[in-house]
Amino acid sequence: MDIRTTTAQLYLDNVTVSFDGFRALNALSLTVESGEMRAIIGPNGAGKTTMMDVITGKTRPDEGDVVFEGQYDLTARDETEIATLGIGRKFQKPTVFDMHSVEDNLLLALKADRRAFAGLQWRESEAQMRRIDELLGIVRLRGARERLAGSLSHGQKQWLEIGMLLAQEPKLLLVDEPVAGMTDAETHQTAELLKEINRYKTVIVVEHDMTFVRELGVKVTCLHEGAVIAEGTIDQVSENERVIEVYLGR
Amino acid sequence: MRTTRDLLIALLFIGACAMAALTAGSVPARAQGFDAALDKFAADSFSDTEVGIAAVAASGHAMAARVIEALQNARLQVDPATRKIYIRTGETAVLDAATGSAAPAPAELKTVRINNRLRRAIEAALGGLTLLSPDPAKRFEAAQAVFKSRDAAALATLDAAIAKETDGRIRRALTEARAAVLLYKPDAAEADKLAAVAAVKARGDQEALALLSGLPVDAPARVAQAAKDAVGSIQSELAMWATVQNAWYGLSLGSVLLLAAIGLAITFGVMGVINMAHGEMVMIGAYVTFVVQDAIRAHHPGLFDYSLLIAIPLAFLVSGFIGILIERGIIRFLYGRPLETLLATWGLSLILQQAVRTIFGPTNREVGNPSWMSGAFELGQITVTYNRLWIVVFTLAVFVALLALLRFTRMGLEMRAVTQNRAMAASMGIRTSRVDALTFGLGSGIAGIAGVALSQIDNVSPNLGQSYIIDSFLVVVFGGVGNLWGTLVGAFTLGIANKFLEPFAGAVLGKIAILVLIILFIQKRPRGLFALKGRAVEA
Amino acid sequence: MNGLLIRSLDRGATAFLAIVVAAAMIVPALNLLLPETSPLHVPTYIVSLFGKYVCYALLALSIDLIWGYCGILSLGHGAFFALGGYAMGMYLMRQIGTRGVYAHPVLPDFMVFLNWKELPFFWYGFDHFAYAALMIVLVPGVLAFVFGWFAFRSRVTGVYLSIITQAMTFALMLGFFRNNFGFGGNNGLTDFKDILGFNVQADTTRAALFAASCLFLALGFLVCRALVSSKFGKVLVAIRDAEARTRFLGYRAESYKLFVFTLSACMAGVAGALYVPQVGIINPSEFAPANSIEAVIWVAVGGRGTLTGAVLGAILVNYAKTTFTTGALAPYWLFVLGGLFIAVTLFLPRGIVGTLSHWWRERRARGETAGEIGGEPAPRPAE
Ligand SMILES: Nc1ncnc2c1ncn2[C@@H]1O[C@H](COP(=O)(O)OP(=O)(O)OP(=O)(O)O)[C@@H](O)[C@H]1O
Ligand SMILES: [Mg+2]
Repeated sequence: MDIRTTTAQLYLDNVTVSFDGFRALNALSLTVESGEMRAIIGPNGAGKTTMMDVITGKTRPDEGDVVFEGQYDLTARDETEIATLGIGRKFQKPTVFDMHSVEDNLLLALKADRRAFAGLQWRESEAQMRRIDELLGIVRLRGARERLAGSLSHGQKQWLEIGMLLAQEPKLLLVDEPVAGMTDAETHQTAELLKEINRYKTVIVVEHDMTFVRELGVKVTCLHEGAVIAEGTIDQVSENERVIEVYLGR
Repeated sequence: MRTTRDLLIALLFIGACAMAALTAGSVPARAQGFDAALDKFAADSFSDTEVGIAAVAASGHAMAARVIEALQNARLQVDPATRKIYIRTGETAVLDAATGSAAPAPAELKTVRINNRLRRAIEAALGGLTLLSPDPAKRFEAAQAVFKSRDAAALATLDAAIAKETDGRIRRALTEARAAVLLYKPDAAEADKLAAVAAVKARGDQEALALLSGLPVDAPARVAQAAKDAVGSIQSELAMWATVQNAWYGLSLGSVLLLAAIGLAITFGVMGVINMAHGEMVMIGAYVTFVVQDAIRAHHPGLFDYSLLIAIPLAFLVSGFIGILIERGIIRFLYGRPLETLLATWGLSLILQQAVRTIFGPTNREVGNPSWMSGAFELGQITVTYNRLWIVVFTLAVFVALLALLRFTRMGLEMRAVTQNRAMAASMGIRTSRVDALTFGLGSGIAGIAGVALSQIDNVSPNLGQSYIIDSFLVVVFGGVGNLWGTLVGAFTLGIANKFLEPFAGAVLGKIAILVLIILFIQKRPRGLFALKGRAVEA
Repeated sequence: MNGLLIRSLDRGATAFLAIVVAAAMIVPALNLLLPETSPLHVPTYIVSLFGKYVCYALLALSIDLIWGYCGILSLGHGAFFALGGYAMGMYLMRQIGTRGVYAHPVLPDFMVFLNWKELPFFWYGFDHFAYAALMIVLVPGVLAFVFGWFAFRSRVTGVYLSIITQAMTFALMLGFFRNNFGFGGNNGLTDFKDILGFNVQADTTRAALFAASCLFLALGFLVCRALVSSKFGKVLVAIRDAEARTRFLGYRAESYKLFVFTLSACMAGVAGALYVPQVGIINPSEFAPANSIEAVIWVAVGGRGTLTGAVLGAILVNYAKTTFTTGALAPYWLFVLGGLFIAVTLFLPRGIVGTLSHWWRERRARGETAGEIGGEPAPRPAE
């Protein structure tokens, strides 16, 4: 496959995914520039999560190109390779390691050599402990440090997953519905946190919560039936006729 | 060596006589000849008796065979006073050998004696007689025997028999026998030999092949060439039949696999429950058959032919009921924990095996074939046994019934609903736990039915199920979990592959090769031939 | 490496190691040094019997490492055990020399019996203990590596993996039953005479084998402890609980699995090698799928993911088996064993050690933070 030179951090072109004949993504094209934060909205089943699956290597597209940093063809790589390229993901349904403590969850996510033999020789280091402590502070889980992740509440798991995403120090963060199950105050904090992160990294965030999206104040892409139907500021998009039709119509 | 020569002489003689008798043709002449021949026994001298044997055989009389058989069994007797010959049939009862009607036994009867030389003559005479026997099965057998012995002495009788024969099949057998004789007869005409090659070639089986390839080296060149061509064409035909045979065996094995796996396709494939005691459900079905047959033997032997028809519903109910108990008692507590389910059901299988061993003993129990399932028929060059044929038919019937059940009944609909989305189904008012129990019962019941069928071809012992469990899982996994059609294709593919590998690798290595192939196959398609895609699978 | 050792030895582990090492010294001493009349004398058959249990314990340990910590339920570990056993058996066969029935200097009896003229190439070298010892770990290791490489790479997990491991041991069993496979067919390898120059039947040899088994158990335990308490071990547990998630974090789950699977197979091979001289025979029935799955239940009884539990389970269940099958209750053993499978999965999913330590932790936690901590989630399906 020839990889087109593109300056974009992430470049999706004409991506199609079908499941048993049903097209979850339909010739989807999307570019995200380096350092950008992009909000993705769309009704249920629009294909938002599937798009993330394609980017992270969980689902292989039937057609189309997915290129990272203008040189890495993501369709030819598996999840592990993509993760090591610097793409981190928070799942829609929070998935943490239930039988590990909160601290160990972060430790596992911490940027480090991922190879098996490195794991054998690993030793706790001062710097790592400090970083974990810092992260625990950010996601406000200091009090739950020793607790098993499986015993956390839904919202706490969301935070822990965000913490793990930060620990990975990826270049591109994919965040799927981060504020589902959070209080208004927490939603606000999350928005602040994402903006803070965006100062150094590229972020793609999927969310249904319009107040949250508005608060982010970034470029919005609206998906429907696996394709982009509108792109622009939140005001532009929410005035777009097709968008209104898709959300209210039918 | 001596025996054969004697036999030859005797046959030659009989043949000649038979020819004479046949060409003479008319009934009175025959009767006369027969009476005269019988008279030879009256003297009870060995040489006269020998002449008598040949003459009786040549007479073509209806009683000829019985008379010679009686002589062989020391039941041919003579009244020294009247020189009349009788056949003793009981303590006091005799038949008049000349007419075959019962007669009052004279006071003093003497048995006609025979010695070894006469015994051989008798055998030869009977052999020749059977070519002309009124019983078609005997004639056919005799023709086969001559085909193998290639006895030149039989030629004349063969010709006579062919001229007389009306049954096409026997006529063909006789012609083939004649051809065999001619081919090995040094002084036969070349044209006859060429015709003979053609006749033997038409037979086209292993024996024909042996006959043609074993031709004497001094055979005329054209005959040798014709034989060589015939050998080639028979060989390729035989290879074709061997393929057909393998395919049939494979189909048969495939149906057995399918039968064993089909219940598993429901419990594992549809419900996702891994039931290691599945094989024991099959075993219980087989034991139900045993119990049914035992009861029938003891009380209504006449019903034996219906034993399987009675056993099928019973096995379904017994295994199904046990299945429901298992689901309610163990499995329902383990949903979502497949590895634990695997261990618990394995434990269960140990218990069930040991229970059966305690009740019925550790040895194989005798389960009989009803008459309509025993025997075989020929299809071209292959032999098809009825029990295998019935099992293939039965398996397909069960498969179709199951498909219909899933597709067209309320229970099938609920079953599919529950397996696809339990929570949703529950909220629609489906009693999911009842559906679970029934689905598991259905899968187990089908295993029970499989047991009835397998009892017909396998040993019924407590270990019966064990031998099927791994195979069944492989079939389901290979075919693709959750897809009945996949199971069907998987079973037949594995069955046929197994049988085609066997001739090269032997049964055990063939099996190993299949296992390795499946392991490799799972690498390529971890979800089987007919994989379901979608989120449901990943859950 | 030093740090690793220290980290891996908490109080329970140290106590366990102390017990095993003590057993390795005391039992042989009680057997060899005390007169038979002494009430403390341990008869040789008991030494061999417990030696056998210790080998089973090592096998259980190897299963616990992959099942308890990585969620790989192998129903074919008996195959690795048997392969190790065969490697040792081949060494022992070649030590018989001319003392066999046919007194052939090179060929083992069964080959003479089969009219073989030459030693098959795969029997070369087995007259040297060092070579045999290498094969004891290498053969199971390589098989596990190849098998695991295929299976893990294509992400065969859960019950699928279990079933193909079972198929694997089944296939091996069929193969080893064949005479022309070259391993003694049905009868396997037996009638051993010497090991390293010592008579295998002698009391001293048996005591030494017992001690060696205990030491290898201790060593295996140490290795497992070190592994699971390293970051590697944390990744294993992460893979067990959410394999996909670890991949998205950038871990190559299949490499981790392959590593422990191979290591575990090597351990099982060593267990089998120690087992064979103590029981005096190795035959294809060791490959029977039932054996492998029985070993899994030892782990479940003791408590998976605890290591000590695996050892305890193996010894308890086998002790029970011996007691049952040698008495009038023999016909009921399978009922008991079957019942054990069901009872443990339904009522004691954590196993003995798991339940005890869970209960202990709960109590301590309650003591410290009176009710603040919610129930720890039950062990999730290892999938
Ligand atoms: N593995 C799969 N198999 C079958 N269908 C799938 C699969 N993954 C996604 N789909 C289908 O593709 C469509 C898009 O799903 P997706 O999860 O991407 O939607 P979404 O935009 O994330 O929705 P939501 O806002 O509800 O999270 C849905 O109809 C879904 O059912
Ligand atoms: Mg989504």
